[in-house]
This record gives sequence, structure tokens and C-alpha cells, in this order.
Amino acid sequence: MAKHPRSLVPTVGAAPPIEVALPRPRPAAPWRLTRFLESERLLAALLLAPAVVLLALFIAYPFVMGVWLALSDASVGSPGTFVGLRNFVKEWNDSIFQTAFQNTFFYTFWATIFKLTLGMWLALLLNRQFRGMRLVRASMLLPFIVPTVLSTFAWRWMVDPTFSVVNWLLYSIGLITNKLPFLSDGRWAMWCAIVVNTWRGMPFFAITLLAGLQTISPDLHEAASLDGANSWQRFWKVTWPLLKPVTIVVVVFSVIQTFADFQLIYVLTGGGPANSTHLLATYAYQIGVATGLLGEGAAISLFMFPVLFVVVWFQLRYLRRLEGA
Amino acid sequence: MAQVVLKDLNKMYDDVHAVKDVNLNILDKEFVVLVGPSGCGKSTTLRMIAGLEEITSGEIQIGNRVVNDLPPKDRDIAMVFQNYALYPHMTVYDNMAFGLKMRKFPKAEIQKRVQDAAEILGIQELLKRKPRQLSGGQRQRVAVGRAIVRHPQVFLFDEPLSNLDAKLRVQMRVELKRLHNRLETTAIYVTHDQVEAMTLGDRVVVMKDGWIQQVGEPLEVYGRPRNRFVAGFIGSPAMNFIETTVADGAGALWVECAGLRLRVPAERSARLAGKRRQAVVLGIRPEDLHPATGADPVDLTCEAVVDVVEPLGSDILLDVKVGNCVIVVRVDPSVRLRQHDKIRLAFTPERIHFFDAKTEESLQ
Repeated sequence: MAKHPRSLVPTVGAAPPIEVALPRPRPAAPWRLTRFLESERLLAALLLAPAVVLLALFIAYPFVMGVWLALSDASVGSPGTFVGLRNFVKEWNDSIFQTAFQNTFFYTFWATIFKLTLGMWLALLLNRQFRGMRLVRASMLLPFIVPTVLSTFAWRWMVDPTFSVVNWLLYSIGLITNKLPFLSDGRWAMWCAIVVNTWRGMPFFAITLLAGLQTISPDLHEAASLDGANSWQRFWKVTWPLLKPVTIVVVVFSVIQTFADFQLIYVLTGGGPANSTHLLATYAYQIGVATGLLGEGAAISLFMFPVLFVVVWFQLRYLRRLEGA
Repeated sequence: MAQVVLKDLNKMYDDVHAVKDVNLNILDKEFVVLVGPSGCGKSTTLRMIAGLEEITSGEIQIGNRVVNDLPPKDRDIAMVFQNYALYPHMTVYDNMAFGLKMRKFPKAEIQKRVQDAAEILGIQELLKRKPRQLSGGQRQRVAVGRAIVRHPQVFLFDEPLSNLDAKLRVQMRVELKRLHNRLETTAIYVTHDQVEAMTLGDRVVVMKDGWIQQVGEPLEVYGRPRNRFVAGFIGSPAMNFIETTVADGAGALWVECAGLRLRVPAERSARLAGKRRQAVVLGIRPEDLHPATGADPVDLTCEAVVDVVEPLGSDILLDVKVGNCVIVVRVDPSVRLRQHDKIRLAFTPERIHFFDAKTEESLQ
């Protein structure tokens, strides 16, 4: 350890000089990197850089590229030229696009409603104390963990027009005499897709809402029951308002995912029968990749953007209002 | 307003026997405080009265009605929780009005009751605020307000002051007492703070390990504790306990240990006569010891050495060594003593307690 410099302070008369410790001078040139890291602005930029690069590479570039393609007549093997909004106008007047557009709303609306209702119900059940509680809570996430393609394949076999085990079961117990057209009828197929989506997405709702429920003090429920509220009133007047912020976040998240869903429909129905179950994402794939009309495919997928933007904006605004209240 | 009767009340949680054979008769308009250390069963007892915990066995009567199987809402009680349990998304007004709305009271009546309660508690200007915009003391008032608007037969308080700072706690304690005097409603109050118990309760119920140890008026419990636990729990600083042996000598009974030999006051001799050569625990409160003067009989004094001096302003606490034990003495602030000073301490004879060394029961 370096010795502190000392100096002799002049004293009056014959008294001996007193030694006083002086502060150690700072090193003339501190290490450059240290100085660099001490600057908050530079450090912030440094820490943000990886995220910015990743976002630019995987979000911004594909998005800008998508916009460019949508405004061009690009196809496989042809870079294309600028055609303005022609692709958008063409798709808007296309009957299959119109079906896919309506389907996307129908599918998102009902799947979200079912996921929210059943997820809330499951969360309320799982919020109770019971034996094996942790195991049940963990196993509930299984549908969410299994890859969508895999689980949807299983569902496809279960509702297959020829080999459906569900049909066999219903037939065996005498509930039906003719096979139900699960995937061979457009309306049935759409509802099948909604059921599978609900089955897959409900655990996410349940586990997130359960986490929200556990932040609500049990004292509030006890106070409400002493105040004379029955179990429905306790849910509606106490639990639900306190769970709203979590619910909104989950719903926004789910709406985004469901609206842009691709895998489930692609594997379960492939958009059929007769294009009746196409969503915007599957139809965009069909036109853009399968048919090779990249410009039109990009235009179809961009139709999702303003809708999702408005949904997210409204819901986040509502959330902010709740937080401020 | 109603009396509350607990008969042979028991609560089991799997293998844990939390409340054991509790029998208690709480009179109409009485303020009863259940006090004891953590895990003594006081809160469980209160929650059973509220209907928030099921009863394993026994009976609870509120106003001559057995309420064992009644849900909380039908017991006509109101409860103030430790963490207030105010609904965070409702205004103060809505919090207070919630119970009345659930019971379908007319709007005008709700408004009148909330206004009246707000006036009593001095929270009129807070009615439009949300709970998170309130201080701890204000939340406490709102929680009390929510209870009083209902005009219940019984108030239950579950450690309502424990989240407040020391100064506010004293202030709220006084307000609660004033409120009880005004409303004259039966109140059952749970606390682990013996000062709250002493100051608030018409009667105090001391509990330990699920058992009731003693029921009595505060000064009775303080002055005539039934056992060593009650003696040590009630009073601050706690009662001093000295392990002694009973001995004969000079025509009297004595208790002695290293550094201490005291003559047993005549009125206590009868109970201690059968304990010759046996161990008994001597108990003496810090304020029942004082520096000896010429007027104090020598055989009720002992030598002590000052170890720590704690001036409190109103008085001074001395930790002194008597033989092998350290005891606390409360003396007048005018007494000037320093560490290592030797003093002679006198025991106030009528305030000396003796406890059986094995059973810990009082030998009063």
C-alpha cells in the first residue's frame, strides 16, 4: 500500500514540527475504459445497442421489407416494381380474402372469449388450497408447452373426417347415427379451430390470472364476506376490478397471437375446406409463398397491422387509465 | 349490542391444536382484549367468532343465538383487519358504504350513515379519495368507519394498530377507547401488545399455546397474575424472576439464593410452609423494588451492583446484579447512580410474588 505523503507544517517558536497527512493526488490519467463507462449516456447506449441491433435486424428490416413488397408486384424470381396500393385494392375485392378477413375476426373474438372465461374459471379453481395443488398447477401448462404443430396433429386425427375418434365415441354411446363433419364442413371446421385454439391458449390465461389472483389479499375477500357479499358479488365487486390490469395485458397478448395465428389453421385445415377457414396469415402464406406472389402476400399480411395497432392502442390506453385511477 | 359466549371452543389444523377448550362469557357492551404471544390462538379464536374459520368443536353464541353454522355475513358483526383490508379500487365512501349496499339499504340511509361515521372519525374530507392516497392512520380510521356504519352487534378487531408507528398507535388507542365509550357496542380486540390490552380492555384474556391463562380486569391480571407466564407477559419491563429455595430460620420462612436472603412476609408463609427446602420462583416487578432507606426492614433488602443505567426521562431503569442474577429496577429520575455502584435494594413486601418452580402456578 502506498504511503500517504506527509509535510512538515511550520510551527511557532521552538515547538517541534507537526506531521500532517495530505490527501493523495488523483492519478493524472485514469484508465480510458473506466472513464468511458462512468459516462451514463455512453453506458446506456452501449447496453441498449444489442437490443437495438436485434430489433432492427429481425423486426424493423422485415417490416420495412414487407411494406416495400406490398407496394410492389414482386413475385418469386422477379424483384418487382412499385405499384402503389394496387395489391391492397385487389385483395380487398377478392372473395377469399374477404372470407379470411372475417374469419380472422370471428376466430380471434370467440377464441379470446372462451380462453378468458375458461381461463378465469380454472384460475379461480386453482386458487383454492387442495392436495396436489402444485402438481395440478404445473401440469395445467402442458397444452401450452407442447409444440402447436404436434398437438394440432393430434387434434386433427381426433376430428379426422374418416377416422375421428370423437365420432366413433359419440356413435358408440348412441348419441349420433351419422358422422359429424368436423373438418369437412366450413362452419364446423372453424369452430374446431376455435376449440383447439382455446384448449391450447387457456392454460396461459389461467396461469397468468392465477398469478394475478394470488396478489389479491385474502383479507379483502374476508372483509367482503363480512360485509355481506355472496361469492358472485365478491368476484364481481372485488376480484374482477383488481384483476382487470392483468386481464387486459393477457387479452392484448392473446389477441395479437390469435389474430396472427398461422400454425394451428395450417396444420388442422390448411385453410379448407374450399378456403373457408383461411385466416389472414394462412392466406398470406398461400398467396405469397405457395403461389409465389410476394407482393400480394405481403399486402394481405399488412392488413393485420392497423387492426392490431388500434386494438393494442385502445387496450393500453385503458390500462393506463386504470393505473392512474 | 349483544353478549358473546364461547363454550368449549376448539380448533385443530391437521395435527396442530390451535385453540384448546376456550370458555369465555363476554358481556353486552364489554370491551374484551385477547392478548398473548404469536401462535397463542387469539387470532384464530377471533376468526372463529367472525365465521372466517370453521370450529372443530364447541359453540359460539352471539346475542343468545348459536352461530356455529352461520356464514360471516349473517352473524351481525363487523371486523377491523390488521392490514385494514380496504378495497383499493373503491373510494373511501364506497368502502364504507359497501356493506350497506350489499344489504340493500336505501341510498339516503347509506349516505346518512357514512356521513355520520365520517364525522365521528373526522374523515369527511377523505370520502372521495382512494385508500392508497391515505396515510396509515387515515386508513385505520376508514377501516373503523367501515365497521361502525353497519351498527353491528359486535366489533371484532384483529391487531388493528400494529401497522402504525408508535406515536400514532397511542393516539389511535385513545380514539378507539373514546369510540367504544360512545358507541357502547360489544368489542373483542386481539393484540400481542400488553400495553394495548391493559389500556383498552374492560377485561383482558391472556392466552398461551391455545389455552386461556387468565381472564380478569387489567389491574387484577397485573397485580395478581395466576401463573409465571401471565406475570412475565403483562407489564413492561417484565417482572423479575429469581430462582430461590425456601428455608427455615429465626422462627420465620426465608427464600434464598446466592446473594439474596429474604424473609417471607407473614401473610405468604402459609402457602410456602409446605415448600420447605424446595425451589420456588420469586417474582417482583421493577417498580416494586427501590433503593433501601432506614425505614425498610433489613430482612427484605439485598445488596446489588449497578450494571446498566437506562434513563427514560420519567424514571430510570437500572439493570442490577444480585448474586448470579440480573434484575431490573425502576427508580425515580432523581436517583443518581452509575455503573458498578453498589446499592441496597428493598422489596415491597405485599408485591412479592411466588410461583411453583415446576407448575409455575402462583403461590398467592
